[in-house]
Amino acid sequence: MEQTNTAVLSVRNMSMNFGGLRALSEVDLEVRQGEVVALIGPNGAGKTTFFNCITGIYTPTEGQVLAYPRDGKEKRINGMRTNLVCELGMARTFQNIRLFPSMTALENVMIGRHCRTKAGILGAILRGPGTRREEQDVVDRSYQLLKKVGLEQVANEYSRNLPYGAQRRLEIARALATDPFLLLLDEPAAGMNPQETLELKEMVIKIREEFQVSVLLIEHDMKMVMSLSDRIYVMEYGRVISTGTPAEVSADPQVIRAYLGEESDA
Amino acid sequence: MAASSILNNLKKSAIASLWLAFLTLPIMVIRVDTVEKTVTWRWMHLAYMLAGSFVLALFWHFMMDRRDRGAAARAAGTSQAASALGRVLENPKLVKPLLAMGFLVAAVFPYVFSMYQTNILISALIYVVLGLGLNITVGLAGLLDLGYVAFYAVGAYAYALLNMHFQLGFWTVLPLAAIMGAFFGLLLGFPVLRLRGDYLAIVTLGFGQIVRLVLENWSSFSQGPSGISNIARPGLFGINYSVEQATTYIYYIMLALVILTIFITARLKDSRIGRSWLALREDEIACQAMGIDNTKAKLMAFALGATLASVMGAVFAAKTTFVNPASFTFMESAMILAIVVLGGMGSVLGVILGAFLLILLPEYMRAFSEYRMLIFGATMILVMVFRPQGLIRAKRKVYKINTEAA
Repeated sequence: MEQTNTAVLSVRNMSMNFGGLRALSEVDLEVRQGEVVALIGPNGAGKTTFFNCITGIYTPTEGQVLAYPRDGKEKRINGMRTNLVCELGMARTFQNIRLFPSMTALENVMIGRHCRTKAGILGAILRGPGTRREEQDVVDRSYQLLKKVGLEQVANEYSRNLPYGAQRRLEIARALATDPFLLLLDEPAAGMNPQETLELKEMVIKIREEFQVSVLLIEHDMKMVMSLSDRIYVMEYGRVISTGTPAEVSADPQVIRAYLGEESDA
Repeated sequence: MAASSILNNLKKSAIASLWLAFLTLPIMVIRVDTVEKTVTWRWMHLAYMLAGSFVLALFWHFMMDRRDRGAAARAAGTSQAASALGRVLENPKLVKPLLAMGFLVAAVFPYVFSMYQTNILISALIYVVLGLGLNITVGLAGLLDLGYVAFYAVGAYAYALLNMHFQLGFWTVLPLAAIMGAFFGLLLGFPVLRLRGDYLAIVTLGFGQIVRLVLENWSSFSQGPSGISNIARPGLFGINYSVEQATTYIYYIMLALVILTIFITARLKDSRIGRSWLALREDEIACQAMGIDNTKAKLMAFALGATLASVMGAVFAAKTTFVNPASFTFMESAMILAIVVLGGMGSVLGVILGAFLLILLPEYMRAFSEYRMLIFGATMILVMVFRPQGLIRAKRKVYKINTEAA
């Protein structure tokens, strides 16, 4: 997909306080169209809090979160309800997998289509031609998405019975089902072995091309982050301490200090 | 089964029976006659006690082993494996004749059996609908509602009061009761939107009590504990039925309502709305993050469940021609919840079976009324130990996929 300089997500000066604790402090971040942006930092730096702030789970204390959906209209989304953020086109996955365990893999993906369909109670009961067509369309599209992430064989398995790596991929498929313009991945490679991580990386690249989405991901696997992302933001103690291309960031002394600790001359 | 586990079971059973025999020794074996001043030792009783408890314990252990092996097999094998009962009910060759037979029996029932039997069946059918209604709220959407009977009361009193004051007929009130039920469902739904699990259970429990207490104490409105009597039975275009005819008539009304409810709930279960309820039950945060409006889904579940209960309330009032607050105690809520849990949360067929079991079993065990509640309780415990997912496990639909479509 063509990368342009138009932003799809622009976070300006965002802070988040939990009582007296400042979890995020004046964070600026931008994701441009077609980019893969990584957000890295030591544990507890505030990365997941950042995700929760931009997806409406938390309302940021200060600052602006602006989204630019496919129609190009700027939309301020601080404190917007989570489901509306998703409907707008920002779909996320979770650090600790949050699938619907006693629904089948296919149904999990079908849930993602919920906000793009509209059959109501009457439609469900009468099951008219319109509802049936919509339903079949949901099934077919969801199945195609399962195919894209290589899970079509287990479409009718309960998602709790899937292996860990498959669950991660299923979460991505579910997020894609909402027709997002921005995909937010919270540690997608956590708990994966190097082979799985490599496959995941290739999948993310493929998805970006095919679905024309931008990607913002939190990740600890440096090999993946460095080879996958266009730009990287590094966070520490709720602040962005460095930003730039992978090469720039990995040479930044501040980043090295944050990860490896300071040399002390004691 | 390995020999060691049989031996182990024998040992455990032997210990259990010895222990029980020892504990019951004073009451089972020793008899003191204070008039004749003699003590009789009834050693045979000890032998009965030992043998009986040994056999029971052995059987129990055997069943527990079977259950554990079944669980292991399920975990290893395919997830959608069905129970024997489920397999029978899913075999298309058997389902159709079974359904036809069931329908035939249901259709001629009031002409074959006595009015007493018909009455019992009507109340069982009422509980089927109540169970299916609560199944939407608890089984599908996962909102534990312990005050469900309040909506039942709303419907019953709606008909009773409208009939008493305005002489409105059954058919006029039925849709009104449905609307009132939905309204009360929303009324309860709004304040509890943010609650879940135990907290939700307690608030709904309170709501159920409030409705009952209001009916009990606001005498000028509801005539208090003495209730409202002489409620009109349902009529049809001005025809007045005798008691017997009316019972038959109500029976057919109930049969139609049950079929309608089954149809509605079965279709909802596998629809877009039904899936959103399931997602809500499984993981509220993920559900909302995937674009489902939690508020709407919850309110819809509450309102729909309440509507069904309220309609049943109106039928109940018409059937008994008398309502008072004593019919709407917490016991009723607990009973309906037991129907849902015992039958299988989320499973339409399971809930129907559960309702018949829990309503008809106590009814037909009046013969040994002293043990009725004992057997009833034991049945519930056994079902929960051996089939914690309920009589029939809810299964997810396997969707037909058009592979050619892009």
